[in-house]
Amino acid sequence: MTQPVPAEIATPRQLHPVAWWVWALGLAVATTRTENPMLTALIVAAVMTVVFLCRDDSPWARAFVGYLVLGVVIIAIRVVFYVLVGVKTGGPTLLAIPRITLPEWTGSLTLLGPVSISGIVAAAASGFQLAALIVCVGAANALANPKRVLRSLPTSLHQLGTAVVIAVTLAPQLVGSWLRVRRARVLRGRRFRGFATVLSTAMPVLQDALDQALALAASMDSRGYARVRPGRSGRAMLPLMLAALLAMALGTYSMLDASIPLPWGVVAIVVAAAAAAAGSIVASRQLQHTRYRPDRWRIQESLVAGAGIVVAVFVSVLDAAGSSVTWLVWTLCSLIALIPAVLVPWHTR
Amino acid sequence: MIRFDDVTFTYPGATSPVLKRVDLQIEEGELCLVVGPTGSGKTTLLQLVDGLAPHFTGGLLQGAVTVAGRDTRDNPPRELAEIVGVVTQNPVAGFVTDTVDEELAYGMEQLAVPGAVMRKRVEEVVDLLGLGSLRGRPLIALSAGEQQRVAIGAVLTSHPRVLVLDEPTSALDPPAAEEVLAAITRLVDDIGITVILAEHRLERVAQYADSTIRIGADGSATHGPTRGQLSSSRLAPPVVELGSLMGWDPLPLSVRDARRLAAPLRRRLQAVRTPEVPEPSHDILLRARGIAVKYGHTTALAATDTTLHAGEVVGLMGRNGAGKTSLLWALQGSGRRSGGTVSIQVPAQAIASRRRSAKELSRCDGPVAIDPAALRPDLVRQFIALVPQNPADLLYRETVEAECADSDQLTASVPGTTAAILQELTPGIPPSRHPRDLSEGQCLALVLAIQLAAAPRILLLDEPTRGLDYESKRRLTRLIAAHATSGGCVLLSSHDVEFVAGVADRVIVLASGEAIVDGPAIAVLTASPSFSPQVAKVLHPLPLLTVEAVRRALKGEE
Repeated sequence: MTQPVPAEIATPRQLHPVAWWVWALGLAVATTRTENPMLTALIVAAVMTVVFLCRDDSPWARAFVGYLVLGVVIIAIRVVFYVLVGVKTGGPTLLAIPRITLPEWTGSLTLLGPVSISGIVAAAASGFQLAALIVCVGAANALANPKRVLRSLPTSLHQLGTAVVIAVTLAPQLVGSWLRVRRARVLRGRRFRGFATVLSTAMPVLQDALDQALALAASMDSRGYARVRPGRSGRAMLPLMLAALLAMALGTYSMLDASIPLPWGVVAIVVAAAAAAAGSIVASRQLQHTRYRPDRWRIQESLVAGAGIVVAVFVSVLDAAGSSVTWLVWTLCSLIALIPAVLVPWHTR
Repeated sequence: MIRFDDVTFTYPGATSPVLKRVDLQIEEGELCLVVGPTGSGKTTLLQLVDGLAPHFTGGLLQGAVTVAGRDTRDNPPRELAEIVGVVTQNPVAGFVTDTVDEELAYGMEQLAVPGAVMRKRVEEVVDLLGLGSLRGRPLIALSAGEQQRVAIGAVLTSHPRVLVLDEPTSALDPPAAEEVLAAITRLVDDIGITVILAEHRLERVAQYADSTIRIGADGSATHGPTRGQLSSSRLAPPVVELGSLMGWDPLPLSVRDARRLAAPLRRRLQAVRTPEVPEPSHDILLRARGIAVKYGHTTALAATDTTLHAGEVVGLMGRNGAGKTSLLWALQGSGRRSGGTVSIQVPAQAIASRRRSAKELSRCDGPVAIDPAALRPDLVRQFIALVPQNPADLLYRETVEAECADSDQLTASVPGTTAAILQELTPGIPPSRHPRDLSEGQCLALVLAIQLAAAPRILLLDEPTRGLDYESKRRLTRLIAAHATSGGCVLLSSHDVEFVAGVADRVIVLASGEAIVDGPAIAVLTASPSFSPQVAKVLHPLPLLTVEAVRRALKGEE
């Protein structure tokens, strides 16, 4: 008898991807709810600490640095825009740049102008808020393999999930065949210029992609993809989905139109959600499908997701109450945000 | 298990059926081989078994196909998934997930197998096919042989009773092919699974097949015991050809059978000596020193030396990922090269007018040594041509005719040159056909014709025999020999030992980026069993590689 490979070693236990997403989105909500840059900075620091301690060596985990760079770029752009076209209010002047008023047909736009310290700080702070949001989403992406998130979708969305996985895989394949065809072209010694290059390479690449898509579809079909459970009909699904769409449209309209009382809109949206859920249940009954080694939801997952929710609620309540944020709150929030770092085994490289 | 009742199948828009009045029955636990020339409907026959034809491909099916008592007419492929498992020619294209474990489980997930059973079946299949070391790895990081084994494992987890394999070893080197075939025969012996497989390289599978379906060019099919089917066919592995030549009875299908029958022949041919290896011509066309190719941290090729002489055919062999393709591209000049030098002999006047150093070059009359990487692509191809692994990448026009015309214009040759070469290589390709609709052999011929239109002396071929039947291979062999005798040289990489034995004068074996052997074909191909043709194995230690060589030796004796 050969030695069995311990499955836990083959694939190390990872946190349920949904827990990571709840945690990260909770913190993202918190950063949008506060206008205090210190609190935002502490939350971002906590997020970065957790990511650098817990992420693995996968490509999507390495992409986190990209999100950080994007955040810095956003702050820089925001500041540059303030200097160029921002409304300059009073305050201690940092740089005395002359004001340029554009002709009247531009709507009397004013360019440049005296740059004040408070203006710069305000611009940087608002840029930082957006950057923090992006870093939080990037953290979720880095910590949870996006494909595993799709695997946790309910059965009725399983086919959609598979389609997304394939689309994600197809992109690098397209790049690969593009490079291969371009390399092969050199062998014929013909140098295409401009549009001719695109035409002559796009054809084989697209044909390649189509061939691959057909091969994949054939393989999926012959392996039982989209099998329908015998004796179940999905006829109820279409009217339910149509009802959900209609109710959603009506609800959105009445929410936006001030002359319609608010409760109408709320009722319509609740109806839409119920119809969508019912349709989803009907669809999943029709499908026959199980999951190999599904991600389990355990106490760690609850704690990690809970940490995100607690911070979000805490900051939102304080913000709504209008009370001033003290250092005690800052410390508390960042400590709660750091909870995953304690619960999840650190990735050693 | 599988029954074809008077089956005729016609593709939409086709004027004649691809399969005509096929009547056959495959019993449970049988390993059935499907043979036939390229484009004869082997794949269609396999697709009829799993219902992909006509449910997926479209077309008109007359008659009935039943698998385990179920008519494929009423059962689309997904409903047959628990009965029939399919592995296609290119397993990578069929992978749905991205890690080995998930791929093994995918089919079971679709069939709603309970979680605990899934875990158990994955473990079983991992043991059965020896996939333990691959668990949890990304599918794209595996070698071709490993991918093929995972693809077979992925259909086995659904416990199918029929396994359909379309050229399971076409992309594999000899040792990897043996591994896959060993796994398949083990399945037949251990769990009595019914296997139906199509294959061009009969030398690899004929010995394992209980029965053989032969498809003719007209779409007719006959089914019978392998021995009888192959003895009366032009499509036969060398060992069968040797058997027919010698009149052995029963006809041997494996090297073992033939070797037991060959004792008298070996005694008769005892006097055959290793033919004198002719002194290589002094006309050196290409000289490469210390070629190295690195991709990031991985070394594909480490300090390899090669010299190509006029009139020489060199075979490049080695396992998947040994660096064969890297070497060919580096020699051609457009591939990556991290170190070393390549020089080809080029007439001075050919490049003088087009290069800045024209004055300096025009002073010498004879050929100049020059690095192909320093030349413009349209000049390089006049001296050195490469046909890549996927020849279709070179084609971009809508018809064969347009491709030929384009090629004439590019090489500034007389209109019709390319078409004439193509006619010589493979007659009868309709000029109005779209290049994508050509068979593998026809596509290769078209690209070869295009590359030869510039009259290069050095010809580099990367895996030219993939998907070719014996007839197409014979034609390619003649072409290569003709190119060499007219003063050119050919360097070809191939996994196909029999093909290399028939065509090459010299063989280079690469292993993990280094040339470990470089010598006369006859010495290299008789030295190790995994890179040795069937005839050499049967007649070991005699220096004979092909049936043709045996025939000549016998004639010389008389």
